Formats: sequence, structure tokens, C-alpha cells
Amino acid sequence: MTDAQSIRITVNGTEHELAVEPRRTLADVLRHDLAYTGTHVGCEHGICGACTVLVDGLPARSCLMFGVQADGRSVETVEALGTPDALGPLQQAFTDHHGLQCGFCTPGFLMLVTAFLRETPSPTDEEIREVVASNLCRCTGYQGILRAVRAAADAGAGS
Amino acid sequence: MSYVGSRVGRLEDPRLLTGTGHFADDEDRPGQLWMRVVRSPVAHATLGAVDISGALALDGVRAVLTGADVSLPPIPVRVSPDPGDLLGYLQPVLAQGRVRYVGEPVAVVVADDPYQAEDGADLVAIDYAELAPARDARTACGPGAPQLFHRLPNEVALVTASFGDAAAAFRDAAHVVELDVAIGRQTAVPIEPRSLLAEWDEARQSLDVWGATKVPHFNRRVIAGVLGIPPAQVRMHRCDAGGGFGVRGELYPEDILVAYLARLLGRPVKWTEDRAEHMVAVNHSRDQAHRIAGAFDSGGRLLAIRDEIWHDNGAYIRTHGLTVPELTVSMLPGPYRMTSFEATAHVAVTNKTPCGTYRAPGRYEGTFARERLLDTAASVLGIDPVELRRRNLLGPGELPHDRQLRALGTDVVLDEGDYPGLLERAVTESGYLSWAREARACRSAGRLVGTGLAVFLEKSGLGPYEVAEVQVDPAGRVQVTVGGTSLGQGIETVLAQIAADVLGVCPDSVSVIAGDTGMLGDGVGSWASRSTVVGGSAVLRAAEATGALARQAAAVLLGAGDAELRLAGGRVTLISAAQAGSQGQPGERAGPLAASVTLGEIAAALAGRPADGELPPGPLGARREFSVDHMTYPYGVHLAQVEIDRGTGAVRVLRYFVAYEVGRAINPATVDGQLVGGAIQGIGGALFEEVAYSPEGQPLTASLIDYLLPSAHEAPEVATLVTEDHPSGSNPLGAKGAGEGGITAAGAAVASAVGDALGTPSVPTRLPITPERVCQLIEASSGATGSA
Repeated sequence: MTDAQSIRITVNGTEHELAVEPRRTLADVLRHDLAYTGTHVGCEHGICGACTVLVDGLPARSCLMFGVQADGRSVETVEALGTPDALGPLQQAFTDHHGLQCGFCTPGFLMLVTAFLRETPSPTDEEIREVVASNLCRCTGYQGILRAVRAAADAGAGS
Repeated sequence: MSYVGSRVGRLEDPRLLTGTGHFADDEDRPGQLWMRVVRSPVAHATLGAVDISGALALDGVRAVLTGADVSLPPIPVRVSPDPGDLLGYLQPVLAQGRVRYVGEPVAVVVADDPYQAEDGADLVAIDYAELAPARDARTACGPGAPQLFHRLPNEVALVTASFGDAAAAFRDAAHVVELDVAIGRQTAVPIEPRSLLAEWDEARQSLDVWGATKVPHFNRRVIAGVLGIPPAQVRMHRCDAGGGFGVRGELYPEDILVAYLARLLGRPVKWTEDRAEHMVAVNHSRDQAHRIAGAFDSGGRLLAIRDEIWHDNGAYIRTHGLTVPELTVSMLPGPYRMTSFEATAHVAVTNKTPCGTYRAPGRYEGTFARERLLDTAASVLGIDPVELRRRNLLGPGELPHDRQLRALGTDVVLDEGDYPGLLERAVTESGYLSWAREARACRSAGRLVGTGLAVFLEKSGLGPYEVAEVQVDPAGRVQVTVGGTSLGQGIETVLAQIAADVLGVCPDSVSVIAGDTGMLGDGVGSWASRSTVVGGSAVLRAAEATGALARQAAAVLLGAGDAELRLAGGRVTLISAAQAGSQGQPGERAGPLAASVTLGEIAAALAGRPADGELPPGPLGARREFSVDHMTYPYGVHLAQVEIDRGTGAVRVLRYFVAYEVGRAINPATVDGQLVGGAIQGIGGALFEEVAYSPEGQPLTASLIDYLLPSAHEAPEVATLVTEDHPSGSNPLGAKGAGEGGITAAGAAVASAVGDALGTPSVPTRLPITPERVCQLIEASSGATGSA
């Protein structure tokens, strides 16, 4: 084990300074050190995508990144997208189209799609399927997620 | 308007969409320690010397315990009627002298943080004297197989079911069709791994637990027994759960360990599973081989089915006892007419992870075996597969039908329904005949496209009972507390809809607390598609009693007779006033002269005061238990169209359709979600998912790189037909349960379509239908026809 290192990380616009062990994953830093528990850990080997957050605007598996690698960077998590009383447009589309059941994989999908729609505001159905296939959901069969992303894109959520 | 039957938006969604849900690993307690389980790296061995000194010396490690340090009862059976003969096969909490599968808990390390606990676990040195493993059910039951238990045979039990004289039927049959089929070992893989947190309160001699679900009241009784305290001193807190599918929430060794360690160490103890250990620790399922035979008369009428089954249960009997083999045999006849039936399941222990239930346990397997038999018979007899099924399905006039079989301690009595009617509608509304025409045209053009179907019977609404409580507070908020638990299925919304209709309020003014033993002292749980059917009925009864109490009180407050009152819109109103268009003003003080009184005002009037002779005793609320003797039997049809890549052997599902009779859909959106999600999970089991082991008993699929779940790429659009034509008479809602019918026949329907595509109706006979197996089939069939 090596000594903790000091890092400075901006999460959803708020700057945090903390000391972390170099081996500590970004997911654990977010969840257990900074209490952003909306980011979920499903496999710890980069397959399921439940832990997806945006690092400097790009989707990243936070289970495959160390906290120290986020030093000086800006991280966005699901907590930035809306609140229970004021859902963001993508979140609203997910509930309107039954794009979630247990909700555990949902934050990962929301972050993945947030970055996707920023980059591709008018996607084709195939492009949507391609990006949704990056993460795993065990409840919905993806149908509701695909529809939600289509609806969010059509409503201009990415623009 | 009625909320029951409407696509009400889910009450769970806002918190789950914003990261404000509360999953078990989101909970932390002050002073908390972390547990790491040291698991056996070998399949079968006697335990030699154990050295924990290295681990104990590590910074941050607080305790290391092995099986020799604890004296804890084994994991008990929860559901088998008579576990007596199974006691010798139960799993110890920590291995005692011998390990029987890779992943078996051998020791635990407790440390200040999870990284240190994992470091410590790496330093626990254990000598294993390896033994030969028992690899599969058939050989484990045979002579010379390595024995897992002293003085106990590997064949744990023979589970049998029969009616009529099958031997005579087979003797007299015009045609006998027989085949061997197998369903690979699979597991549910919810995306949230398990997590548990236990906190001991020395002063109160009580334990708080986060992370329990499915059957919290049962688990509480066991944990209380282990700790030697009354169950009321253990509180299982409600948490969000990231998918259940049968595996989550059963009592596992880790549930006992966190509770035991929390008291032993006097500090909260948390354990969060990683995916690699989940794949070897949580219940596996399926893993059956069937030799199934059907006897038919010259007209293609099914006379009898005979099936001999080898059920590979893994290393121990866990909480489900013999549930899966029992359900396999008792549900195997499905929706078909036959004069006799005979099934025997050999239940074997082997050196693999122990098995339990996984969504549609026994039915996914049995439906695959039976429907493969029917496809084979259709081909042998030269009858169209749809027509063969039409000919043999029990007709509406033959229901209810006593199967003369038992399942889960109840008589199997098939209730109201129209099986052939649903088959016709499914074939028509899916466009199945045009799918088949299209497939034939594609085959003529050299593509391997095929269609297939499977008809199935499900069961749901298992008793014995469920408990629900409804309470209204002076602000008019309705709280529903129920013994079932939220596993992601949307049960909070469904129960809120039921209560909202009775009390005339909006569902979003109803809060539902499911599966918190501190809020409700008794309850049964969420499995076997029972939450809506049994739990929902308990909520209905409790809400009705609450409504009746509200009217009784309102009659006093408004000075009116019961017949003059109406409960709607969250208030009790004088009918005359309502007809006159005057509803009374919100906030108006309730009194003899008011035209209406709100539920909140009634609750305030009844709160905290004894009955004054006129007003009924408060508070405003009621607790009801709903009991059922028999299960209810929903049924359905799956239809598939697939294409096979001739080069790679990969199967692509092009079209998929699920028809399901649910009696009554409380929320059609969540029913649809259950069916679509179930179908994709079932297609995963049909094509991709298999827990594989090496000959040495080493797991080969302990990651999601190797155990393949369907992604959006592999998931076809699933169309559904949900019918409510035959409400169940077993419960006041008429519901038949909707949690499992999406998955039940997926293996069977996909296999049927693959066989059609290959022009080999009787194969494939093994799930999953991997590209490798398809290539072998392509090779075999082209060899047979000489066209290669």
C-alpha cells in the first residue's frame, strides 16, 4: 500500500479536495468519500456500465478509473441531471417510456446517453441502439430505454 | 376514474432516476467495518492447516474467523414441506473441514475498509487436500462417483409425480416419441450485486439490517434464532433492490455472518459482493437433463408423457429445498390434456455452486422439454406444430381441471381460462403465418430463417398469506405497509393504485413501505409472482376496511346515515350535497352541518382518542391478512422468428411475440415491462447464458466477459398481447400474476424456430443454443442430406 495522495476534483460543479489511496477507484471515491451514491457499481470490470460518469464531458467507467486519475478534472454524475421534483428531460423520457424497473443500471444509462445526445443531437435509431448496447440492463429488455432515448432526442434533450 | 387498470406512472421512478434511491451499499453507519469472505479456490477438498497470522498482522484488519472459530447452524430450508431428509445436505455458514465448490466461504476477514479486508483475505493461507469432483447429476448418481457427504448418497432425493396409468398408455400408443434434452446451468445476474450491513445495539440487545429483501420476515426469524434474541429485536430495513429474479434475498451464509460479526465485534459490519464472487456465490439454477417421451394415438392426440430428469443441484441444499425439481415435475404437463403422466427427478449434489430458483423455476426447463417433444412429435406424425398443440390443449369447457398433482404444498387445480383461444389470438395478432411464409421464402433464397412457438402454463399467487396495513394521517396522507418487497418490479406503484381506488385518492398521495420488518411485524414476501396477487389483495382488504371506518366516522361527523354517504376524491360526501354540486370547502371545519369531510379530517377526529360512544375507535386505518389455499395459473404463448448466420452459427432473433393471460393487469405498463424484460432474459438463456465449469470444477464464466447477457444489440423488439379475459377467482383483484410469463417459454420458442430454420424440427435439444452448437447442427444436417 502506498500513501494517500491529495487530489482536487470537481463534481457537478462543486470542487472537492481530498486524500485518496492511489488504488482507490473513482467509483469508490465518488460513492464512499464524496457521497455521490447515485453512481452504481455493478461488475467492477467495465462490462455493465452502471458506474458510467462523465469525465471532462466524456463517458467513463468509474470502476476502471482510479480516483487519482480524476485529479484536476471535472466529473458529472446522475445527481447533476435533475431532482425528484424537477426531472431533467432525459430522466422524464425514461419514466414516460418505462425505461427503468429496478433502477440500478439507470444512472449509467442516463450519463452515457447524456454525453451521446450532446455529441449526436439527432441520432438515427441504429445509432441509439449502438450506444445503448454499451451498457447492460437485466430488467427492461432495453425496449423502454431505446424509446426513451428516441423521445428525448426528438424533444431536443441533446441540444 | 379507476387507477387499477391504468398505466399510472411509477412512484419509484423519480428517486431511481436522480440517484436518490437507497440501495444497500448506499447505507453507511458510523464506525462501520467491512467484511471480506475468503472462498475456496478448489471444487472439492478436505481442509488442512489454516494460517491467519499474516492477515491478522495487517494494518486495519480487526478479525479473522474460520469455520473452526464459529458454531453456527447451517442455512435452513425455507420452502420445502418436509426438510427432514435434507438436513445432512445443508450448507454450513463457513466450511467445516471440507469444501465442496469453488466459492464456498471458508473464512472471513473484517477490516476498517474494504481494500484492507481484501488484502487480508489474500493473506489467509489454507492447505487444501484436493479430492476428485462430482461433475454432473447423471454421473454423480452413478456408481464410483466421488461422494460429497459421508454416509449420504449424492442422490439427495427422487422427486416423483404421476397420474393415470402411463405404462398402459405407452403400451397402447400408436406413436411413441422420445428425446433427450438438456438445459444448461444459468443464473439470474441482477445488475446490483448483493450488499448487507448489520448494526448491533448492545443496550437494546437488538440488530438492524440493511440489504435484506424478498423474504425479510423469514430471514429475520433465522437471524434472531442464531443470535438468541426475539425476532422483534431484529429490524430488516427496506432498501431499493437492483433486481431479484429469484436469487436475491434468500438467506445466504453472508446474511448470518454480518449479523454474527456485528454483535461479536460491537461495530457495524458491511459486506458488498463483487461480481466475480457473485458469479460463484449466489444461487445458480436450471441445469437439468430430461429423457422425455410422449405417447400419441393415431390422430395425434397426446395420451401420456413420461419424463426422467437429472437435476444438478450443486454442492448443497439451500433455502429452496427441493422446490425446483418439484415444480419441474408438477408443472410439466402444462396446459395439455392427457390421461396419464409420470415424471421422476433425480436430485443430485455435485461440486458446483448450490442451486435455487431463478425466474420461472422448473417451468423454463419443463416447458423446453415438453415443447421440444411436441415439435418432434409434430414432425414424426406429419402434423403442423400449431395444429398439434390446438388438438391437445385443454379446452375452456374442461376447466377448472384438477391435475391430481401437488406443487409447493398445494393441489394443482388449473383455474379459469381458454388455452386454445389464446393460441388462436396469438397466431393471428402476431402475424405468425406471414412470419412463416417469409421464413420459407428466405430459405428458398438460401438463408437460414425459421419460426417457432411454444405454449406454456405458469403458476402464481402462492399463499399461504400476506399482511397489509393502511393508515391515514391527519394531513390526509395514506401509508400502505406490506410484507412483500420491492425488487424493481414496481410493486409500490401497483399497491398504491389499489389503495388509491378504494379510498378515492391519487396514487401519488399514497406511500408504500414494502418489506420493512420494523414497520410491519409479520409478512411473507415477494417471490413466485405473488406480490400483486396475494399482497395486492391484502392491501385491497385493508383499504376497504379503512374506507368503511372512514364512512362510519363520517356518518357521525356529518350526522348522516351510511347510505347517504359517498367516499370519493379523498373525502366522504353527503350524496345530496354532491348531487347539488356542493362538495364543502377544503379547510372547512368538519361538523354536523358540513356537507363533506376529508379523510385527513376524519383521521384527526379519530387520532389519539378513545371511542366516545359515537365515533368508532381510531386511528383511521386497518390491518388485514389475505390467505389463499390454491395458486392461480396464468398461461401464454411465445412466438419467435430467427435467422442463423451460416458462417458463424450465431442466431439472431428477428421477431418475438408474447401472449399472456394475466386475469387482471393492475398496471398494463408494468405488466408489459415484465413481459418484455422477461422475454429478453429468456432469450439470453436460450442463446448465450451458461455457467460453465472445467473438468476440475473450476468456474469458467465468473465474469460478464464470459457469462454473456443480452445487450441492446441482441434484444429484438418484443410485441405483447396481454389478455384479461379470465380473471382469477382466487383473489378479489382477479389477478393471475405477471412476473414470470415473459421468460417461461423463451428457450422453447427460440429452439423451435432454430429447428425450423435448420429443417431439423427435433433439434436443437440443448440450451443455450451457442454458435458452436449451431455449427455442429449445420454440419450434421448437411452431412445427412449430402448437400454439403
